[in-house]
Amino acid sequence: MTASNLPQDRAMERPGAAMEPDKPQSKPEGKYSLLWKDVRRDKYLYFLALPGILFFIIFKYIPITNLVIAFQDYSPYFGVLDSPWVGFEHFARFFAHDDFYILLRNTLGISLMNLVFFFPAPIILSLMLNEVRNAIVKRTVQSLIYIPHFLSWVLISGLTFLMFSQSEGLVNKALVSMGKDTFDLLTNPDYFWGLLTAQSIWKEIGWGTIIFLAAIAGIDPQLHEAAVMDGAGRMRRIWHITLPGMRNVIIILFILRLGAIMDTGFEQIYLMMNAAVSNVAEVFDTYVYRIGIKQGEFSYSTAIGLFKSIVGVILVVSANKIAKRFGQDGLY
Amino acid sequence: MADKGWRDRVFNITNITVLILIALATVFPIYYTIVLSFTDPTEYYSKPLILFPEKWTLDAYRYLLSNGLFVSALGVSTFLATVGTALSLIVTAGLAYALSRKRLRFRRAMMFLILLTFLFQPGLVPAYLIVRNLGLIDSIWSLILPSLTSGWYALLMKGFFDSIPDSLEEAGRIDGCNEIGVFWRIMLPLSLPALVAFGLFFAVGYWNTYFNALMYINDQNRWPLQVLLQNMLVDPSTMGGGAGVESFRANRQMPTETLKMAAVVIATIPIMLVYPFLQKHFAKGAMVGSLKE
Repeated sequence: MTASNLPQDRAMERPGAAMEPDKPQSKPEGKYSLLWKDVRRDKYLYFLALPGILFFIIFKYIPITNLVIAFQDYSPYFGVLDSPWVGFEHFARFFAHDDFYILLRNTLGISLMNLVFFFPAPIILSLMLNEVRNAIVKRTVQSLIYIPHFLSWVLISGLTFLMFSQSEGLVNKALVSMGKDTFDLLTNPDYFWGLLTAQSIWKEIGWGTIIFLAAIAGIDPQLHEAAVMDGAGRMRRIWHITLPGMRNVIIILFILRLGAIMDTGFEQIYLMMNAAVSNVAEVFDTYVYRIGIKQGEFSYSTAIGLFKSIVGVILVVSANKIAKRFGQDGLY
Repeated sequence: MADKGWRDRVFNITNITVLILIALATVFPIYYTIVLSFTDPTEYYSKPLILFPEKWTLDAYRYLLSNGLFVSALGVSTFLATVGTALSLIVTAGLAYALSRKRLRFRRAMMFLILLTFLFQPGLVPAYLIVRNLGLIDSIWSLILPSLTSGWYALLMKGFFDSIPDSLEEAGRIDGCNEIGVFWRIMLPLSLPALVAFGLFFAVGYWNTYFNALMYINDQNRWPLQVLLQNMLVDPSTMGGGAGVESFRANRQMPTETLKMAAVVIATIPIMLVYPFLQKHFAKGAMVGSLKE
């Protein structure tokens, strides 16, 4: 992107460097000297932005160039520039491996559980909160349910053990004191995805309501008044006025979720994983961490990560297209 | 009409009951943690179920706060939450302010490149290699520098600076300030409430640092609190492995559960202290939809 297609920016200049915004630039040297002049004029602004710019270059863009090692047999001794090239070998090896299908199944399964159970939860909760007339009750409930959002996954996994572990968990202690058998939730592969979904709901349901409540607050109260005049009950007004009023926000957040299907949250799964459930728990992120960082297979795990990122981009772009086809705003 | 009023009341009662149950389900595990952390060891072992202890004790806290490894982890996390937050604020505010000045050359290109980082993330290993090549493995800076700012925070903060009128900048310039002076003496003080809000969110993020430490910090004397906590929760004997710390297993007096819960409570206290302020500034951090330009 060059400066020449930014006429509106130039209109903001101070008089010293002023120029007609629409005037065609005949000589390229003139254009560059003008550019240089502008840059010099704003040198302090660039100075302020410099640490941030460096951050993005070093920690966001150089890693992208590091992706070439997915096509190499990277060895730290040779570095990124001199390691031998192997083309798509790592990708071929990965797709042929049984692990790939297990990872794909687990990732999609966990994401689908989240889409079906976790995504609607804050929508329903915000509808319920919106119907509360007593301001004190409403505010108290809100204050309490926002708390878990700020707790780390380490703390939440600790709380989960505290409630459900077979030997020390509260639930099992209660079962024993009632003379019943203990129930082992944490090492049971059948319940693992459900456990993750429940944890996510517990942590984020309250925080998730904020954006929906903001959308509800933007609905014209006259719509509700008119509906009351027409004899609509509460449920009908929720269904025909409140929910449609939230539609745009719901769709945008749904697109974001779809685009993040491949991201299942490393910390949560890593912390809850144990030998008994690893077959249903291992997802792309935990696998990349284990193979790449722990076992040092940098090239192979980078290839897996790259595959995941590309699928992610395709998902966001297509979800956005679909939303636009249905006449919605979309993300961009 | 009478029928309708009755139905309305049933709706209200059910609705509020369910909401209160949800709130209780949120608070109860936290309450239970706090209670256990204060429970006397003999009581913990003699009773099958404790919802409210008869005898309260601070032993677990005393033990933890005299443990070298725990204190050093507390120090690391405190350093992250203070120094890290300050640096994050400076970097984010500087970038956001520059991007909010419309005359700046390459402004749009920079914003586009920042937005692009939302869409495409290269993954764990390339990020790890950068930190390693910079020689930051086992350094506390590996927990600060790679998470100094994010495109998200930079663009949110830019939105805030956008709303400060240009005339204020001109006024400052007439009074003889250069751009850094305008930024420092006019823009930052004016946006203090927003800075406090962003600072709180950065601080919570640093306090909860776990994954980066898992990747970058192998030396347990430099672990932040969350990593130590996780190791305690899974395997309490970690606490004995530290440099010269009295072996945890030797201390049979202290039930591991009580200690674990005391550690969880200590890790939660700072969050609870800033929580009222966080709550005040919720909207700014959570308004995802406001990004569209």
